[in-house]
Amino acid sequence: MRGKRSLFLLSALSFGFAFLYVPMAVLIFYSFNYSKLVPVWGGFSTRWYRVLFESEEMWAALTLSLKIATVNATVATLLGALAGLTLSRAGHFKGRTLFAGMVSAPLVMPEVITGLSLLLLFITLSNLIGWPSERGMTTITIAHITFSLAYVAVIVQSRLAGVSQDLEEAAQDLGGKPFRVLIDITLPLLMPALAAGWLLAFTLSLDDLVIASFVSGPGSNTLPILIYSRIRLGLRPDINALATMIILVVSIGVFVAGWLLLRQQRLRDQEAQLATADSNGK
Amino acid sequence: MRRSMYSYPLAKGWVQKISTSWRNVMIAIPFFWLLVFFLAPFLIVLKISFAESLIASPPFSSLLEILDDGTLIMRLAYENYSYLWEDPLYVRTYLNSIRISTISTILCLLIGYPMAYAIVRSPSTTRFVLLMLIILPFWSSFLLRVYAWMGLLADQGTINNILIWLGLIDRPLRLMYSELAVHIGIVYSYLPFMILPLYANMEKLDDSLIEASADLGARPIMTFLTVTLPLTVPGMVAGSLLVFIPATGEFVIPDLLGGGNVLMIGRVLYNEFNANHDWPVASAVAIMLLLVLVIPMMIYQHSQSKQAGN
Repeated sequence: MRGKRSLFLLSALSFGFAFLYVPMAVLIFYSFNYSKLVPVWGGFSTRWYRVLFESEEMWAALTLSLKIATVNATVATLLGALAGLTLSRAGHFKGRTLFAGMVSAPLVMPEVITGLSLLLLFITLSNLIGWPSERGMTTITIAHITFSLAYVAVIVQSRLAGVSQDLEEAAQDLGGKPFRVLIDITLPLLMPALAAGWLLAFTLSLDDLVIASFVSGPGSNTLPILIYSRIRLGLRPDINALATMIILVVSIGVFVAGWLLLRQQRLRDQEAQLATADSNGK
Repeated sequence: MRRSMYSYPLAKGWVQKISTSWRNVMIAIPFFWLLVFFLAPFLIVLKISFAESLIASPPFSSLLEILDDGTLIMRLAYENYSYLWEDPLYVRTYLNSIRISTISTILCLLIGYPMAYAIVRSPSTTRFVLLMLIILPFWSSFLLRVYAWMGLLADQGTINNILIWLGLIDRPLRLMYSELAVHIGIVYSYLPFMILPLYANMEKLDDSLIEASADLGARPIMTFLTVTLPLTVPGMVAGSLLVFIPATGEFVIPDLLGGGNVLMIGRVLYNEFNANHDWPVASAVAIMLLLVLVIPMMIYQHSQSKQAGN
């Protein structure tokens, strides 16, 4: 659908983007405030960045969050890929409906319920079999894998539904063993979906507060748990500095990804144009 | 073409041709994981919601009991549920959560619909950049986006400072810890979830229908009301449910922006468990929340599979 954008549409668009971005701009602005009171301007300064970088608590929380996010993204991508593959390529099997339901349910489950139920599971297990003996990094990682794998499975499924099975069938007809078909055809087709799934799982894990605070134990503060415990008590300039750093890193990532995607799309358009010109010339 | 998981053709893929034992292993690994870490925890919550609260460790009674003569009896306590029903606080909290997330969903729709429409009608490169700008906040921290509004809405916050500086008010308005603040927080955090499904829906609209309507003499407003709007209902339904479902159980936004003044069920559940240590009541609150949301969840799944069918 193309066409004119009326004045109304353009103002709605400007208002919407102002709504999304002005709060972030204000947040960034006050991170350079000298004053300890966030909304009172006391001159330009980078002191809160120094405070932030010198905070050992902050570094410990960041390290823990990055560790959890990496393990989570890797395991969730593996499990989610298996789930997505079997749901879209394995035909019918016993328990398929239950399996499909369990894969999609975590996507719409409220976080408080997921958090509460996993905590009760860990407590029950530790009473029954003595594991997990304490809650912390392991329990948070398991909780994150459980909801992240659902996102990966959905991405893998929609990717597999988008590509026809012709290539895979041709490889089989030419005598390819199923394992070779997986390595040579299906996995390369799935690579973009797996990369997107890994990144999404990584981000979801870094961002999660509610589920992590249910299943974490004493001394295992992830970054969101630490931020939450501080901002509950009010505004803090070092948190503004942290937010600015996070926005900076995310923006660079999104811009690089966007630039690559746009370039790829242009190349494809050019090839398509060349192809049309070729066929017209003949 | 995107398809939902419920309508994938069960074609004979190569996975079917590998030996049964390998295939079973492939299915069993994620299946087992979800049985242990998704289904079992849920059944435990269900079980504990029927137990009695005890001052012990664990702080609830056992459902199964073996009497002296060896018979096994099962004791279900419905008190937790009747307690929720009889205590006006809980009923009010559930109704309040539904009301707040309904209003926020409508606000998201009112802001998001024209935005999605304007993005779809932009030239290709602009459209791409605008979409990236919608997605960007989604990748940055949710918690810090709520924090940004704490700075704007506080008594000594940016909005009050500007209004006082302009001379429009003499003393700060009470913006924080109000229902208004919670609405702003929800709309701000969930707006991308409304815009993206709407965009996906509008992108597929057939231009010739709109042109035909114009050619037949309909004014733009009529064309919009009778052609565009009905065709974008699936996008509106999907977007609204993606906002409504998580907003109803939201914890962070009512906690940080609403404080004690705004009752929402996610926050009550969190406090019931962490502050009062009443596990059976917390579990019953969770089951009731799920019952409230099960219908919207089913509508969402249904609409997704119907869209895929077309």
